[in-house]
Amino acid sequence: MLLLPCPWCGRRNADEFGYVGEVVARPDPAATTPEEWRGYLYLRANRADWTTERWFHRMGCRRYFTVDRHRTSGEVRR
Amino acid sequence: MRLDPQPGEVIDRSRRLRFTWNGRPFEGYAGDTIASALAAAGVRVFSRSLKYHRPRGLLTASFHDPNCLVQVGDEPNVRAAHRLLADGMEVRAQNVWPSLRRDLKAANDRIGRFLPSGFYYKTFMRPRRLWPVYERVLRRYAPGGSVPRSAPPATGWATKRFVHADVLVAGGGPAGIAAATAAARAGARVLLVEEEHHLGGHLRWGGEAELARLRELRTALAAEPGVETLTDAVAIGRYDDNGVGVVHRDPDGAERLVKARARVLVVAAGLIERPYVIEGNDLPGVMLSTAARRLANLYAVKPGDRAVVLTANPDGDAAIADLKRIGVDVAHVEDARLGGDLHRILGGGFVGGGGRRTVRGVELPDGRRIDCDLVVTATGWTASTALLDMAAEPAKLSGAYRAPTRNAPDNSVGYDPIAARFRPDPDRLPDSVLAAGGVVGDGSTEDLVEHGAAIGEEAARRARGGSARRAPVLGVEEHAELFQGRTHGIVDHAEDVSSKDLVGAVREGYGAIELAKRYTTATMGPTQGKLESVNTVAIVAAATGRSIAETGRTTSRPPYAPVTLGALAGPHREPVRRSPMQSWHEAHGATPLVAGQWIRPDHYGDPAAEARHVRERVGIIDVTPIGKLDLRGPDVPRLLELVYVNKWSKLPVGKVRYGVMCAEDGVVLDDGVVGRLDTEHYLMSTTSSGADRVAEWLELWLQTERPAWRVHVTPMTTAYASINVAGPYARDLLRRLVDGIDLDPEAFGYMAVRTGRLAGVDDCVVWRIGFTGELSYELHVPSGFGPHVWETLLERGEDLDVAPFGIEAQRILRLEKGHLIVGQDTDGLTRGHAAGLAGLVKLDKADFSGRPELAWEAAFDHPRLVGLRPADASTVPHEGCQLIDEAGRIRGRITSSRMSPTLGRAICLAQVDADLAEPGTEVRVRLVDGDTAAAVVTEHLAAVDPEGSRLRV
Repeated sequence: MLLLPCPWCGRRNADEFGYVGEVVARPDPAATTPEEWRGYLYLRANRADWTTERWFHRMGCRRYFTVDRHRTSGEVRR
Repeated sequence: MRLDPQPGEVIDRSRRLRFTWNGRPFEGYAGDTIASALAAAGVRVFSRSLKYHRPRGLLTASFHDPNCLVQVGDEPNVRAAHRLLADGMEVRAQNVWPSLRRDLKAANDRIGRFLPSGFYYKTFMRPRRLWPVYERVLRRYAPGGSVPRSAPPATGWATKRFVHADVLVAGGGPAGIAAATAAARAGARVLLVEEEHHLGGHLRWGGEAELARLRELRTALAAEPGVETLTDAVAIGRYDDNGVGVVHRDPDGAERLVKARARVLVVAAGLIERPYVIEGNDLPGVMLSTAARRLANLYAVKPGDRAVVLTANPDGDAAIADLKRIGVDVAHVEDARLGGDLHRILGGGFVGGGGRRTVRGVELPDGRRIDCDLVVTATGWTASTALLDMAAEPAKLSGAYRAPTRNAPDNSVGYDPIAARFRPDPDRLPDSVLAAGGVVGDGSTEDLVEHGAAIGEEAARRARGGSARRAPVLGVEEHAELFQGRTHGIVDHAEDVSSKDLVGAVREGYGAIELAKRYTTATMGPTQGKLESVNTVAIVAAATGRSIAETGRTTSRPPYAPVTLGALAGPHREPVRRSPMQSWHEAHGATPLVAGQWIRPDHYGDPAAEARHVRERVGIIDVTPIGKLDLRGPDVPRLLELVYVNKWSKLPVGKVRYGVMCAEDGVVLDDGVVGRLDTEHYLMSTTSSGADRVAEWLELWLQTERPAWRVHVTPMTTAYASINVAGPYARDLLRRLVDGIDLDPEAFGYMAVRTGRLAGVDDCVVWRIGFTGELSYELHVPSGFGPHVWETLLERGEDLDVAPFGIEAQRILRLEKGHLIVGQDTDGLTRGHAAGLAGLVKLDKADFSGRPELAWEAAFDHPRLVGLRPADASTVPHEGCQLIDEAGRIRGRITSSRMSPTLGRAICLAQVDADLAEPGTEVRVRLVDGDTAAAVVTEHLAAVDPEGSRLRV
C-alpha cells in the first residue's frame, strides 16, 4: 500500500485517505459552455504518467492536498 | 517406520498424541506434522490429484507440499506436511469419493486422454442452456475440503496487527538469521518472519556441523532484543513502499494478518528444490532429496526401504548418505553430473500400506529395471524470488519511467543458465529491498551467513537514512539444466498438468508463457509456481524452440502462498452510533431501526397513533442523528451562498433558513437548515446520513477553490443531543422548560432561532421549524444533558399528554406535509428543478455549486416531483412502483407512500415526466402484483395543510 505525504501528518498509509481525483480547473460558471463544464465534471486524462491528484486525509487531519503521482509505478512526489 | 532418535529431530518422544486419519486411530509425537506422523505409521498416500484423482504421496514434505492438503475437523485445505499434530485431531483426505483408497473419480485417470488442457473450455460451452446441468455435475468434481458452517470458527475471528519495522527479514534460514542479527546489532528494530515452525532453514536437516552452526546462530539471535521473530508466519506479498503482508498463525491456531511496513526489506527466502519431470514422477514414493532428509532427520521417519536416487548436486549426495545411515537400501544411484538419468518411474501393485498405486521401480535409459519403493531426485533449485518480483519500484523510476517489458515485469530477476534458475540481479533492486543468501546465489554455510550479515548491516544503514551502498554479492556454482527427462511427466502436481499438456498447448498456439499458463493452468494451483515454474518455462521453451531467457517468466503476484479468507477478512466490525437517549427508548418499548450508522427508535408500538398524537396534542422525537456543523468566521455567508442553491447573504441574526445543496452536476446532494446564532456564528443541519459528506464538501471548497475565505467548520453532530417538540401544544410544553427565551409568537416566530437555558441546561440552541407540518421547536442540548431534557419534557408535559414518537411517525407526518427526503424522493440523477425546488434555485446568483447545470436544466423538460392521490384510498402502492402510460412505457415512479392517519387515505410523492406533472393529470401505477391502479396528480406536494397555517401559529 502506498504511503502518502500528508502536509500535516507526514507519510501515512493510503487507506487513511480519500481519493478525490485528478486536479482539474473549474471553469467560470457564468461563462462556461456545456462541453467545457461537462469536461470538468466527467473527463479525466488518466494518463500512464505523472498526474497531479488531490487526496483527503479523511482518517487523520482532514486536510485536502495535492501530490504528483506516477500512475504506473505509484511513485509520489510533492 | 519411526527411527531411533536422530540428532536434529524436532519431535518430543515423551509426548504421544492420538488422532484419526479417515476415521482410523493413529499416534504421533508432539512436534510431528500431520504428515510425518502418518508417514511414520507407514501411510504413503495422502490425497488424490486434482483432475485425474491419482494417488499422491509426500513430494516436498514441507510447507509447500502440493500433495497433502487435508481436512482437519471443520478446517479445509490444511497443509499436512506443515501443520503440527495436536491431540484429538480428526484428519480426513480431501477430493476423494467415497474414500481415499477407493476413489471412483479415479476413472478420470483412465479417460485422461479425453481430458486434455482446455477440456472444460471446449466441452461445457455448448449448448449454453445446458450449463446449469454441467455446473451441478462439475461442482462435485471441484477439489478442496468442506468449508466450516460455524461462524466464528473455533479459533475465533482472525485479528490484525500493524508492525513498523526498520528492517523486515523474510526467511529464517542461515542468511536470514544472520541478517536479522546483524541489523539488530547495528541498532535496527527487526521483524524476522519464517514460514516454518523453526528457524534454521536447510541447516536443520543437515549433519552435525550444520546443527552446531545453527545453535550458534540461534544463540546470537536470541541475544538481540531488537529482533522480533515470528514463526509459522508467511510473508504473502510486498506492496508499494515496502508494505508487507504477513499471515501469522499462533500455536493455538488463531490466525493474524500482520500489516508490516518496513524501511528496508531483506528477502532471504532461499531456494526451493525442483521436481524432475519424467513418467511416473507423481507416484507416491517419489520425493525430493530435501523431503527424504526432512523426514529422516527432523521426524526420524524412514521414507522407504529400497531407494533409487537421481542426484545432480551435493544435496542429493547428502541424501544418499542420510538414507544409508538410517538403513535404507540404496539400490541404485544415477549421477546426472556423469550423464546419469532415469527413463521412467514404474508404479503399481499394493506396495506399502494404504494406497493402490505407489512406486514399484525405475527403468533406466538402457532399459534396465530396478525394483524400489522410494525414488529420490535432486536435480536443481528454484530461487524463491516472489517477494522481489512484487510491487512497483519507485526508487528506480526517478526521471524517465521505464515501462515494464512483457516478459520481465521488473527487470531485476533474470534467467542464469549457469545456475539453471531465475536469479535476482541485486544491483537492479530498489534501494529499500535487499536479497540475502540462497535466493541470490550459492555458497557454503559460512558464505551464506557472511552474506546475510553483510546484507543485514547494509539494511540497518539504509533504514537509518544512509545512502545505498552496493550490496555484497554471492557467487553461483554451476548447475545442470535438468528439467525434463526423456519421458513425459507431471509438471504441476497441484493442478495435475503434465509436460504433454504444455507441449499440446504450444501446438495449439499458446506458446507465449502467460498463455500456456492460463490454458493449461500450470503454476496456477496452491503451489503458485514455487515448485513448477522453472520446469514449465523450460518445457514451453523447448517446445517453441526458444531459449528460457526469451520465453521469460510468468508474473508473481500476491499472495505468495494460499491464505485463508478469514485471515484477510478479520473480525466483522460495524460500529453503531447511539444517541444519549437510546437507552431510554429501549427501556420504553421502542422498536429499533438501524438507519445508516445509527440505531434509532422506529416506533413505540403504534406509529399511526403517534402521528395522530402529534397532529392533535404534542410529541417529542429524538433527532440526534441530524448532522450538525458549527460554522464560524466572517466569510460564512459567502460559503453558504456557494454551497446552497438559494440566497443567504441577508439572513439576520436569530433567523433560520432552509437550504438545498446541489453537486457540481446539479444533482441534489443534501438539505437542511442553517441558523445564524451570532454575527459570525452559524449552526448548519444536514440529513442524518449526510453529515460526514457535507462536512467534507464544505472543507473541499474552503481548502481548494476558496482558500482565502475565513471559515471554521466543526462537526458537532454528537456534541448535541437533539429533540424535536411538535404539535399544537409544543409551545405550552416548551414554556415550562425555557429560562430567558421569549417563546411568544411575535418574539420567536416561525424560522427563528434562539440560544439559552433549557431545563437548567446552558448553551442550548432552539429553532422553530416544521418538518412535521406542526408548530415545532427543535432543541439542541449539550449531549450529556440529552436524557435530562428528554425526561423533563415528559414530566412537565404529563398533563398535556406529551408522548414520544419515532421515525416512522415522523416519515408519515412529513409525507402528509409533502416535505421531500433527499435520497428517497430524489436519486443520483435528480437535479434541483426535478426535486420540485425550482422556486429555491436562484440563478441570478453569479456562482454556486452546480449553477451551470441547473441553468441548463431549467431551460429544458425535466422530471418533476408531484403529489399523487390514489383513486383507491385504501391501497398504498409500494415505494418504487412504476408509473406507466397507455402503451405501458415507464413515465415515473412512486418515491414515497404511506397511509395518512390524518386523512384516512393513501398518499404518495412521485417523480413523473414533465407532461404528466399538471395537477389533475391521471396516471396509472403498476403495482407489485402486476395490477395497475389509477391515481391523480395533486395540486400541492402537501396533502395536509398546504398553506402552512399550522406551522405559523
